[in-house]
Amino acid sequence: MIDGSVFLRRELMIRFVRAFNNGSLETELDRFPVEMRPRQGNSSRCCIYHDRAVIKYRLMNLLGFSCEEETDEARTLASYYREAMTREKPADITGRLPLSVCEAGCSECPSSQVVITGNCRGCFSRPCMYNCPKGAISVVNQVSTIDYTKCIKCGKCTSVCPYHAIVKTTVPCETACPTGAIHKDNDGHTRINGEKCISCGKCFAKCPFSAILERSQLLDVLKALKNGEKVVAMLAPALMSQDAGPIEQLFTAVSRLGFTDVIEVALGAEETTAAEAAEFREKMNAGEKLMTTSCCPAYVELVRKFIPDFRQYVSTTPSPMVFAAGIARRKHPGCKVVFVGPCVAKRVEACRNGIDWVLSFEELFAMLAGKNIDVISCEPWPIPRPAIDRARNFAKSCGVTEAVISELGGFADDFKLEAKAIDGIDRKTVTTLKMYASGKLPANFLEVMCCQGGCVNGPCSLRK
Amino acid sequence: MKKMQLEICCGTTCYMLGANRLLNIENEMPSDLRGKTDVRALPCMGLCNEKELAGAPYVKLNGHVIENATAEKIYAKMRELLEA
Repeated sequence: MIDGSVFLRRELMIRFVRAFNNGSLETELDRFPVEMRPRQGNSSRCCIYHDRAVIKYRLMNLLGFSCEEETDEARTLASYYREAMTREKPADITGRLPLSVCEAGCSECPSSQVVITGNCRGCFSRPCMYNCPKGAISVVNQVSTIDYTKCIKCGKCTSVCPYHAIVKTTVPCETACPTGAIHKDNDGHTRINGEKCISCGKCFAKCPFSAILERSQLLDVLKALKNGEKVVAMLAPALMSQDAGPIEQLFTAVSRLGFTDVIEVALGAEETTAAEAAEFREKMNAGEKLMTTSCCPAYVELVRKFIPDFRQYVSTTPSPMVFAAGIARRKHPGCKVVFVGPCVAKRVEACRNGIDWVLSFEELFAMLAGKNIDVISCEPWPIPRPAIDRARNFAKSCGVTEAVISELGGFADDFKLEAKAIDGIDRKTVTTLKMYASGKLPANFLEVMCCQGGCVNGPCSLRK
Repeated sequence: MKKMQLEICCGTTCYMLGANRLLNIENEMPSDLRGKTDVRALPCMGLCNEKELAGAPYVKLNGHVIENATAEKIYAKMRELLEA
């Protein structure tokens, strides 16, 4: 059984696409919340009315609006739909975030704290009390008690209690966020701080209420295809690790959606490899100490927002997505390009680099489901020039490094390559990067991937 | 004994809504049920159109349709058929 919140997200996407294809989306949108949570039915939250409100806001995001933009609570989804259908291009998200918190969906989890549960037996050895570095625990009426004015939430007591009677509660989105961008405002509502958020999507993936929503461009792509525009789908290499079928059949399935052409982003990765290796050789031969990869957009955002001085070490080579868009546009002049991947931060990078749209794997598969296209029933697509394996491996941690190393292999250089990788960005990453910059950690080639394991484990992965 | 036929719908809708988790079910079955089924992945059976989208993933066990299929529901139906 899949996660209930993942189920709801995908179910809504499929219904959305089906209704669009039937030409009835405008009239059905406002009925969805009621049809999906009818009066006699079960609710996933306190009541069907709460569920309906959450469904409404999710639909708003699917239409490309964030809940925070709502000014009139009574405005119908049909009205948002009409606005979305007249926009030339999706809302510019530079300076704004692709992610937002859906207030109706957020459970407003209490702030993280250490709690003594009813399992405390008031034991005689009292390890919690003796191990507390701040003297915050005392025993009152045979039960351990925490003085919250002293507690620093270090959690030592939780690990020493022989009865596992002390727990540290967490707020999943705050814990997942590697940059401390999630906080509660004065009203107790969870907010994402635009100055700190790097759009990595870790909160989106970890919230058990699925209350963090992604501003979608699904409708914009559906509309362009329906209007017969020339659109090329660029499939990220991570798609091959989604257990979704052989790539040749996936290509056929995607082309049936009406795209002018389907290309592998891995072809762009081949160009990135060559350019990255050339840039590295040039920099090292010029006596520079360190160069890092730049294909992970969440990492690039991290540097931009937290350690601008470090930017000199980040390679200036365009990402596979940008190169792939070049390939698509040379082959089909005047076409629009849509990147399909497992990444939230790519939406930010796409916006900065003139990529028309970004879809998640989930959105692409909802489009397939909406047209009843089964990957396993599709004929294999004769890919004219398949990307080489090392380029397809970009989506896995160390894939970029391996590709660059093999590209460098043919040259005899004076410098010695010392490659290291940061596999997954967390709260310590900024410090680690500074140590590489100062030379305390040795390396001259550093690969940084925000998602542990690489893009294959991206927040919008299908493997859930 | 004749093996039970377990057909898992792998249409894109069912795949997205959980069928991808059921494809390995044979290896995860409790010992009393293991080896008693032939598992097959089928293209879309059309049930998400005829019946309800939110009933996905659909599977059929000896022709009996199981909605919102989970491993537990499949095991329960298998035991029911074995006892009958």
